[in-house]
Amino acid sequence: MSVETHEAVHRHEPPKGFIRKYIFSLDHKVIGIQYIMLALAAVVVGMLMSLLMRLNLSWPGTNWPILGTLFPTGAPGGVMNPEFYLSLVTMHGTMMVFFVLTTAPQGGFGNYFLPIQIGAEDMAFPVLNMMSFWITFVGFVVLLSAIIFAGGWTPSTATVGPIGGWTGYAPLSALGQIAGPGQGMGMNLWIISIAIFCVGSLLGALNFITTLLNMRTRGMSLMRMPLTCWAWFTTAVLALLSFPVLLGGGILLLLDRLAGTSFFIPGGLYVNGLLSGVDARFPLHTGGSPILWQHLFWFFGHPEVYIAILPGMGATSHILATFARKPVFGYRAMVFAIFAIGLLGFFVWGHHMFISGMSPYSAVAFSILTLSIGVPSAVKTFNWLGTLWGARIRFTTPMLFALGFVSLFVAGGISGLLLGQSSLDLPLHDTYIVLGHFHLVMGVASIFGMFAATYFWFPKMFGRFMSESLGKVHFWITFVGVYCIFIPMHVMGLVGMPRRYSSFGEYEFLKSLHPLVLFVSIAAIITIAVQFVFYFNLFWSIFRGKKANDNPWEATTLEWNTTSPPPHDNFAGVIPTVYRGPYEFAVPGAPNDFMMQTDSGAEVTSGNGGNGHKH
Amino acid sequence: MAAMVTSTKTVTKKTVGSGGKLSGPNGNGSKRRDGFLEPDPRANRYRIGMWVALASILMMFTALSSAYVVRAASSNDWVPLTMPRVLLLSTALILISSITMAAARRKLRAGLESAYKQFLLATALLGFGFLFSQLFAWKQLTRQGVFLTSNPHSSFFYLLTATHGLHLLGGLLALLFLLARTGWQTEKASGIATRQAAADAVTIYWHFMDALWIYLFLLLFLWR
Repeated sequence: MSVETHEAVHRHEPPKGFIRKYIFSLDHKVIGIQYIMLALAAVVVGMLMSLLMRLNLSWPGTNWPILGTLFPTGAPGGVMNPEFYLSLVTMHGTMMVFFVLTTAPQGGFGNYFLPIQIGAEDMAFPVLNMMSFWITFVGFVVLLSAIIFAGGWTPSTATVGPIGGWTGYAPLSALGQIAGPGQGMGMNLWIISIAIFCVGSLLGALNFITTLLNMRTRGMSLMRMPLTCWAWFTTAVLALLSFPVLLGGGILLLLDRLAGTSFFIPGGLYVNGLLSGVDARFPLHTGGSPILWQHLFWFFGHPEVYIAILPGMGATSHILATFARKPVFGYRAMVFAIFAIGLLGFFVWGHHMFISGMSPYSAVAFSILTLSIGVPSAVKTFNWLGTLWGARIRFTTPMLFALGFVSLFVAGGISGLLLGQSSLDLPLHDTYIVLGHFHLVMGVASIFGMFAATYFWFPKMFGRFMSESLGKVHFWITFVGVYCIFIPMHVMGLVGMPRRYSSFGEYEFLKSLHPLVLFVSIAAIITIAVQFVFYFNLFWSIFRGKKANDNPWEATTLEWNTTSPPPHDNFAGVIPTVYRGPYEFAVPGAPNDFMMQTDSGAEVTSGNGGNGHKH
Repeated sequence: MAAMVTSTKTVTKKTVGSGGKLSGPNGNGSKRRDGFLEPDPRANRYRIGMWVALASILMMFTALSSAYVVRAASSNDWVPLTMPRVLLLSTALILISSITMAAARRKLRAGLESAYKQFLLATALLGFGFLFSQLFAWKQLTRQGVFLTSNPHSSFFYLLTATHGLHLLGGLLALLFLLARTGWQTEKASGIATRQAAADAVTIYWHFMDALWIYLFLLLFLWR
């Protein structure tokens, strides 16, 4: 396309050796792909765990011979026991939240595309970038080892890790082996894994922020950045400020477990037949505050859900504008909405703790702040709709997933308005409605954002398209599937079905829900199965996909100025100069229906802003 | 550092001529002839990166201090420590080290290499003195039978001093790195901006660790 032709003498050649090129690479693009591969591996583990949970819930007491062989103590005779189920709950959550929803959107796509979109040749600190990935990878390995060494240093088959949930609530998480199977060495490894993950994420966040502030190319003012960059930047700020809190909490928790302090363990505890300070297996603890852990955890935990979803929002805005062939409606409002969501995200952690016995006054304050997040969220939603309004939409697979993101974000967000009110949360807390809510809005919506990003940027990353027909099969079955899985959960929650229970056989009032439970499981099995179509499409297309040119979607931002895939230094030594905003589609008087950020074309008026736009 | 191998080496070379003036992206940078702003010299990234890193370290200590305040109020097993006297020495050492660090930075700016080196060395020695003094405080406490698990205040004392000490140790390593760099690259003009930026970043960090210690000292012995 219309690259400014400065002299191309400043090329940097990629390193030659295999290890420096693909393993310990300093190239942000390779590191981005490494992150994506890590997420692709972790998501399979997390997904298989959710499959096992569904099997146990729908067909309780059924003998699954393979499980009996793999986990003779966790699933004796092939029937999963409750502790095994709880460990699946815990590890599914941990795997998905940390190693999928935090790595792929930010570490993966952010790493790959942030430097290119701002016209930089790499991240500000390439060595830190490499370290951040490999530290995260070590965290992943330690988490896997928590699955294997749940009981001690000998491989255990009783559980697949700790059983306390991904929130690791004290005091059970602070007590050690006496709190249950998997809570011994498994829990230690879990905490260490999370602490390692924190360090990796912090290095990444540091790099993102510095890169964005310091490395933008000529003409790339803040308000000319693609919304993806704003989203990654805000996400990095959230990670930078929230992960240290989790790290601090994790250190306190580890000290309680290993050094015998009492930060989170209250006195006089009686656990599994043991009284604190009486039995040698349960040393004396006094005066700790379990609620303190909840505060520290959720101060991190709430921003974490925005860490998961903001990059999806950025990608969605980016992709909607591209395939609607229209500027993003209200670009500035979108930027401020991202910031507002990020900022408010730090003041609402208490809404996870309404039943912790907090003062009703603080509950009201947390409630009001929580509901006020609805305002920037609505700004974003209406601006997405405004972008689509009257557009001649190109229904490609990435566009379908971006539209799916909007749909899921709204559908999942609505129940947030219920759960955010302390009076309504008291009865609904820890029921399936919470499960339905957060899976739709932070789980599936974020993943849809990443699917959209994958289909959209795949041609740039590998120079080939992913198969559109397989992509559409993947989209429609997944889209219908996730609604079939998570909408019924809202109904179950309203009836009063509690989360994290391995079976409901003893509860008469839940018996009538069993057909719904079965329906959800069948939908889940189908949805999981179709994900392998995606995997096949992904790996098949890397080698066999239809060839793509440099700008196959006729998009405007800098990544489409370079070759597909981009060279080692992104622009082959030619630093691009930016003359205009990121989403200049259908500019009046322009020769094409899109103007790239590098098009100087001074005679054409700027088309961004979105209002009063003609078609 | 291998961090410099890949990225915008050429850009730095181009901008060295602009008098070493620091420029922010697209805002306060030096103007090129065609009216566009030169991309930022990469030296500046050290300063930005340091401030960003400090924000995250600050958050961790904020979390630990709020845990401290909450835990102090949550039960009646809190037994305040009597302050080990040697902590006054620690405080004095680290305060002086901030002054020597600031002096070192000024000397480098003025191009006085050997004075820079001497002040760096003084700062590093004071830093090690601080750490030994902290260890001595631990030793005094353990002699009195006050351990990590004795009571919540002692737990927090050991935890906060250890966490601060580890961060300060990182600062010491950075000082040693600066000292090592005084040996090479001194003649190269292109190295100056980078070395100044690195010295600036370490100075910022060192002052922060100083202020952090004063804060922790006040927290530990006034809020009890």
